[in-house]
Amino acid sequence: MGMTIEKVRSVADLARIELTAEEEQRITEALQAVLKQTEALKQVNTEQVEPTIYVRPLQNVFREDEVQEGLVMEEVLANAPETENGCFKVPRIL
Amino acid sequence: MSSLLGLTAHQLQGLLEKKELSCAELVKAHLAKIEESDGEIKAFTRVTREAALEQAQAMDAQRSRGEGLAPLAGIPMALSDNLCTKGIVTTCSSRMLENFRPPYNATVVEKLQEAAAVLLGKCNLDEFGLGDSTESSAFFPTRNPHDLQASAGGACGGAAAAVAAQEVVFALGSDAGGSVRQPAAFCGVIGLKPTYGLVSGYGLIAAGSSLDQVGCFTRDFTDGALVLESICGADVQDSNSVSSPHTDFTKHLVNDVKGLKIGLPKEYIEGVAPKVKTAYEQAVAKLEELGAVCEELSLPHTKYALPCYEIVLAAEASSNLARYDGVRYGLRVEAEDVESMYNKTRGQGFGEEAKKQILFGTYVLSAQQYQDYYLKALKVRTLIKQELEQALEKYDCLLTPTTPTVAFNLAGKGKNHHGRGGVQTHGLTCPASLAGLPAVSFPFGKAQGRPIGLQLIGRAFGEGMLLRVGYTLEQNTDLTQLSPAVKGER
Amino acid sequence: MATAYEAVIGLEVHVELKTNTKIFCSCTTEFGGDPNTHVCPGCLGFPGTLPVMNKKAVEYAVRAGLALNCAINPYSRFDRKNYFYPDLPTAYQISQYFHPICKEGYVEIELGGKKKKIRINRIHLEEDAGKLLHSGSSITSSQYSMADYNRASVPLIEIVSEPDMRSPEEARAYLEKLRAILEYTGVSDVKMEQGSLRCDANISLRPVGSTEFGTKTEIKNMNSFRSLQRALEYEIDRQQDVLEEGGTIIQETRGWDEEKGITSSMRSKEEATDYRYFPDPNLPPIVLDPAWIKTIKASLPELPDARKERLVKECGLSEYDAGIITSSRSLAEFFDRTVVLFNEPKTVANWMMGEYLRLLNAEGLEVSESKVTPEKLAALLKLQADGKISGKMAKVVFEELFNTGKEPETIVKEKGMVQISDTGALEEIVMKVLAANPQSVADYQAGKEKAIGFLVGQVMKETKGQANPGIVNQLLKKKLSE
Ligand SMILES: [Mg+2]
Ligand SMILES: [Zn+2]
Repeated sequence: MGMTIEKVRSVADLARIELTAEEEQRITEALQAVLKQTEALKQVNTEQVEPTIYVRPLQNVFREDEVQEGLVMEEVLANAPETENGCFKVPRIL
Repeated sequence: MSSLLGLTAHQLQGLLEKKELSCAELVKAHLAKIEESDGEIKAFTRVTREAALEQAQAMDAQRSRGEGLAPLAGIPMALSDNLCTKGIVTTCSSRMLENFRPPYNATVVEKLQEAAAVLLGKCNLDEFGLGDSTESSAFFPTRNPHDLQASAGGACGGAAAAVAAQEVVFALGSDAGGSVRQPAAFCGVIGLKPTYGLVSGYGLIAAGSSLDQVGCFTRDFTDGALVLESICGADVQDSNSVSSPHTDFTKHLVNDVKGLKIGLPKEYIEGVAPKVKTAYEQAVAKLEELGAVCEELSLPHTKYALPCYEIVLAAEASSNLARYDGVRYGLRVEAEDVESMYNKTRGQGFGEEAKKQILFGTYVLSAQQYQDYYLKALKVRTLIKQELEQALEKYDCLLTPTTPTVAFNLAGKGKNHHGRGGVQTHGLTCPASLAGLPAVSFPFGKAQGRPIGLQLIGRAFGEGMLLRVGYTLEQNTDLTQLSPAVKGER
Repeated sequence: MATAYEAVIGLEVHVELKTNTKIFCSCTTEFGGDPNTHVCPGCLGFPGTLPVMNKKAVEYAVRAGLALNCAINPYSRFDRKNYFYPDLPTAYQISQYFHPICKEGYVEIELGGKKKKIRINRIHLEEDAGKLLHSGSSITSSQYSMADYNRASVPLIEIVSEPDMRSPEEARAYLEKLRAILEYTGVSDVKMEQGSLRCDANISLRPVGSTEFGTKTEIKNMNSFRSLQRALEYEIDRQQDVLEEGGTIIQETRGWDEEKGITSSMRSKEEATDYRYFPDPNLPPIVLDPAWIKTIKASLPELPDARKERLVKECGLSEYDAGIITSSRSLAEFFDRTVVLFNEPKTVANWMMGEYLRLLNAEGLEVSESKVTPEKLAALLKLQADGKISGKMAKVVFEELFNTGKEPETIVKEKGMVQISDTGALEEIVMKVLAANPQSVADYQAGKEKAIGFLVGQVMKETKGQANPGIVNQLLKKKLSE
């Protein structure tokens, strides 16, 4: 177990983050340290323990099915790096 | 006008009401203070000078027409730059959002507008709220107003420093594991993190969705109560927000702790710096002297809180930060095809700390690791939560130090807190976050010129109790009143 | 000896729910519209926005589940499915991975008179993605693409079957039945052409008699019932060829190319993404009140199978006719309403099965889009029953009714088509025809009863088809026996 540079590369690939060689190195070391810290959790007996997903006991928080005005076109596209015909333009999809 | 600086919102309200002061004067005095000191402190990523002056003048006109004033009318304030402000650049201290102008306000921003507080600017933080020193801000670290060599803490160090430096009267930030309380402790102000869901998170740029909670920085507990009253409440845009029946917070500002039971979890004192421990013991002695019953207890799962918190935060952040892909807003680094565009944009748009968090989160959520890390952390979270809740059935609140030490030194160029040997200073603040409980940090003396912060942890929606205990201490000792170092004094 | 193989098929069907607003924001779900005009910060995935669940989408998912014989899970919740694609604004799809809203249902199909249950594993709620427009003719030949998020966050249910189908015909029958049931419940438009019903298939082969599963492929991009069947037929042949040549099937996703009529590899299992599913903390769980489920159940309409049985038992229709008429709710309702006005179910069914469906199919129209109403069809059938028009005329009138929507009576008048039932007027023509055809008269009188048919035909010809054939028949018999 433990973090390796290969694992860092594979999660960087999953997370779509390009890393420099130095970053790969530093992040591998940093994550090794973090993983070591988390080892402590293995000592805790969590059999029969339910996970906490929601910190408050809410349920069925619903909204009625009523239409509200969205954004106007300028607001939609104002922050976009590149647009065409009201759409967000993206480079070639392989 | 410098006598205005350092006054609290409720003191200033009095002056405004008696017409001894105009909103314009008040705002100008604070803008001047920002001009004077923020070159060094660097609390702000952006100062909204023109809009602030305009608003102040409009409010003066309103006052001269004899119209009634909203609760925080004219009070200069700041927002951490992870709270969305309509038409005002909201960067999250990241290159990724350097030019992002949200077409909407965070709900808390709308609420402060209704309360007529005046926004002076947006404050620096660790990039996307991931960090504990503001050193992962893509722009610059924030300095501690009490000691320019020291960190202002983080993530929301800028907002804490702005209040401590008397650049604004109060500020809002967000706290996922201590990002309001820890910088408040470092900067010698009050930092209140409400119960999860008491304040709407709509428009708060998410780091860890199950942890993030909007909180406030103020100079005293009365202001804390006032600000909290203005920003709390259920919001249809946030499914996790709730309306609490106990939101008349100012009513709890009572100078009396007689008979209250205050728990002292011993695990929170282990490894704490001697001067912090001394301050803590003084506070306990003071509370006992004032009639509270203080009692030691044990919360054995405390030591697991930090690793548990790191896994949950990183996992949620890795998913929350996936939307920064160069398509709809934010940075794009051009490339031949969409996959390379993603990789380059995210590779260059995020700083190293954010990358580290995203990669760690991606790792713990991956199919192979999910059970051992993420699910395990959620189960440990249950134990931590139950333990705190059970203790709080017995005690009205818990008293702990906020951080094990006073503010650490800024690491210097190119370094971040890993330079401190991996020490994370949210270890004592993150348990309340994992449990969704309210907690507040307040100043209690100094060590080596740097403020010491103590923390009160309360029951869910028990903010009133925290305000009462804090207010009582505030009324009975001047250790809670810290002024920043005079300019030039290093 | 060559091994005989059987196909094992399972379908994953995505159905867009017909709510007014999107699943997690209040934008309209209206189909079409200029790009990015039905969007808000939420469905654009802007920072700081949060999802809020649409109650109607929950109700519709439960409604669909009940109609498909599912158990409704008392506890369900949302998870994030993390992956990058330009049509997905947050880079995660909010879906139900761990705890779906419905489980363990089934649909009964019928092929060649044989009934079979196809089990449903689960139904989960999720959000749709946006749409990509490509600059070139196909995604890979394009220099760039454009993202439109109008469809992003429209509510979907995904219905996952068990691998219970053994042929492309069964798969098609299942999908058609699913479509019919969902249309009855009113939760979706279920239009494959508009994408409100979409289907992916998992398919593998195994030697007949084997109980183990072979390696499967997943087939995508099938845009009609026909293309589902064709794609599966192609894929069975392809897999069989591979196996017969001693090769192995690669677990992969394959795309159906409608024009070329082939499937081709899109990505292999090794390239499959790790979606890093985890519960979405932004959406509190759904804990369904049994009383609410009961109310939804009570509001379900009569479903296709029950309706078919009723048409066979109560109206005397054939299994086949009843099957067709109940294959869509609008058709079945058209039938019921017409029968109320004209109580000869078999006649109504014949007309619907014949002229009506023929014209609808030829024009590519839905029942709701047609100008023929139950009132107008009933009026037409009454005219015929009352002997005012002949069957032949009725067909002409129907076609005119179909095209113009005019009242049948008006059409009959405009065309001067009124049937001659006046005995006096017909007697004259009958006499004329008898006089002109002595041979046929002689044949009839010699016992060749068939000869009367020719004579009736001649009268009809003389009257340009307007004579009432019944009366003509009576008159001829009377005259011939005089
Ligand atoms: Mg799906
Ligand atoms: Zn929307």
